[in-house]
Amino acid sequence: MRRAVKRTNALIWAWTIFVLVVIYLPIICGGLASFNKSRYFGFPIKAYSTDWWDKMFASIEIGMIVKTSITVALLVTVFSVVIATFGALAFARYDWKGRRLYQKLIILPIFFPQPVLGLALLLGFNAVGIQTTWMTAVFAHMVWIVPVVTLVIAIQVYGFDPSLEEAAFDLGCSRLQVLREVTLPLLWPGIWSGMLFAFLLSWSNFPLSLYTTGADSTIPEWLYAKMVAGYTPMVPALGTMATVCAAAILLAGGLVGVLVRRRQAA
Amino acid sequence: MADIALARLPETANELRRARMLSLGARCALPVAILLGIGFLAPMIAILGYAFATPRSFDVFRSFTLENFATLFDPTNTVWLSFLWSCGFALFTVAILAVISYPIAYGLNMVFGRASPLISVLFVFPLFVSENVRLYGWVLFYIKNGVLDGTLKYFGLGGGPEVLFTPGMTLFGMVYTYLPFMLFPMTLGLALVPRDLVDAARDLGAGRLFIWREIELPLAMPGILIGMLLTFVLGIGATAEAKILGGQSVIVISHDIEIAFTYSQNWPLGSALSVVVTVFIAALTLFALSKLDLDRMLGRR
Repeated sequence: MRRAVKRTNALIWAWTIFVLVVIYLPIICGGLASFNKSRYFGFPIKAYSTDWWDKMFASIEIGMIVKTSITVALLVTVFSVVIATFGALAFARYDWKGRRLYQKLIILPIFFPQPVLGLALLLGFNAVGIQTTWMTAVFAHMVWIVPVVTLVIAIQVYGFDPSLEEAAFDLGCSRLQVLREVTLPLLWPGIWSGMLFAFLLSWSNFPLSLYTTGADSTIPEWLYAKMVAGYTPMVPALGTMATVCAAAILLAGGLVGVLVRRRQAA
Repeated sequence: MADIALARLPETANELRRARMLSLGARCALPVAILLGIGFLAPMIAILGYAFATPRSFDVFRSFTLENFATLFDPTNTVWLSFLWSCGFALFTVAILAVISYPIAYGLNMVFGRASPLISVLFVFPLFVSENVRLYGWVLFYIKNGVLDGTLKYFGLGGGPEVLFTPGMTLFGMVYTYLPFMLFPMTLGLALVPRDLVDAARDLGAGRLFIWREIELPLAMPGILIGMLLTFVLGIGATAEAKILGGQSVIVISHDIEIAFTYSQNWPLGSALSVVVTVFIAALTLFALSKLDLDRMLGRR
């Protein structure tokens, strides 16, 4: 019996590692291609160089695109997290009349195909005569990201002991004081992961950006345009750069999260 | 005055708190509700408006015709083919992903122990890399003289198979992209299975297959169903896979919608198509969600 369990566990480990290798394979391929000296990709790579990276960092156009992507992602993060924190409290903490309906409605956009949502938003902006720019993209990203962040924070809210809030009320705190001194600090790990999710999902979003940025361009959008027409080896370079940035943010965010949890536990 | 006197006032502290919570919950939900009202429901209404407008026009809410729907349901139209392809791809994606993810979800719950948060992060991370970039990586892998072909040739094994730009490759791309959406709900679902129940069954002499079929699977079902629903719905909406990896060897439904809006500038037709897809997806989602207890699923962690 025990030997059988051990063998199954080993198989599960092996399978998981295999799937992870497959998942990271294309990301690694992109990274390799970005160091290829020649304009055309061939494997094994004959000559390595950082030419395309240099060209990318020198390009003014790419600088603009990176700036737009960062601006959009930062604004989405700030707005989404503020709204979603309250949304998560309504989702998981309070018992109120419309809650069941609200829980379903909030999940609907997550399940919704993003290209169709993007087109619908474009239509909506058009109907009310709003020119699409990176600002409309901020709004579009929020429509999809706020529900995701709400769920992420809601998981933290479920694990939260309501009697702590009630004790603070009984001790004579005002609602604002309770929010600032009790609720938010206890939810902080969830809010923090919500922030990471919001930033990174906006940073990598393609289908919504495609229809709602107008003449402005974000990184995933620019990459797609170049893949379809006018390919340059800067595509793998910029793609790899975006990936490395996302990894660095996730790593830094994870470290802060661990530190916060430690401090809370102490 | 009389009304106020007649209404029963909240008496105990607990009742008072409940009365306050009611309004508080609604107030907390308000910003999200406004955002989704403007950003999600309103565009859907705009689409609905366009769907009944004169074809190839922009006079939304000023004309009413069923012509767009007639075009869609016309059997000579190829739209049905796209819809069937999309459904077929989505179904296969769900089936394949269920098989691929189950052992991993099981492992995350029962086998990996302290390593499982790290392994989860490794599975989440690809979500933060743009879909294009990852799919393009596969093009580099499979293309002639690419990573696979080049490596095989290097070892003198002929060359890699020419699989790029085929329907099978589209399916592969979808399985690849939607893995996390199946894996995480499934993991949550398996977390709902009480360990002592499994242990008890084992002590009573139940075989592994029996335990799996009678205990583990039914109790994990809510999570598995959410995963299946999520991947199916996302699969219906998939376009990038068919475009980048499938090389348009198959036209999927989202691409038809996009074409109607962009190249052929027939917004009413595109809207009608979106309405059909939306109704299909919304009905499926709401039906499935009505069967699930979200509080129980998300609350247990």
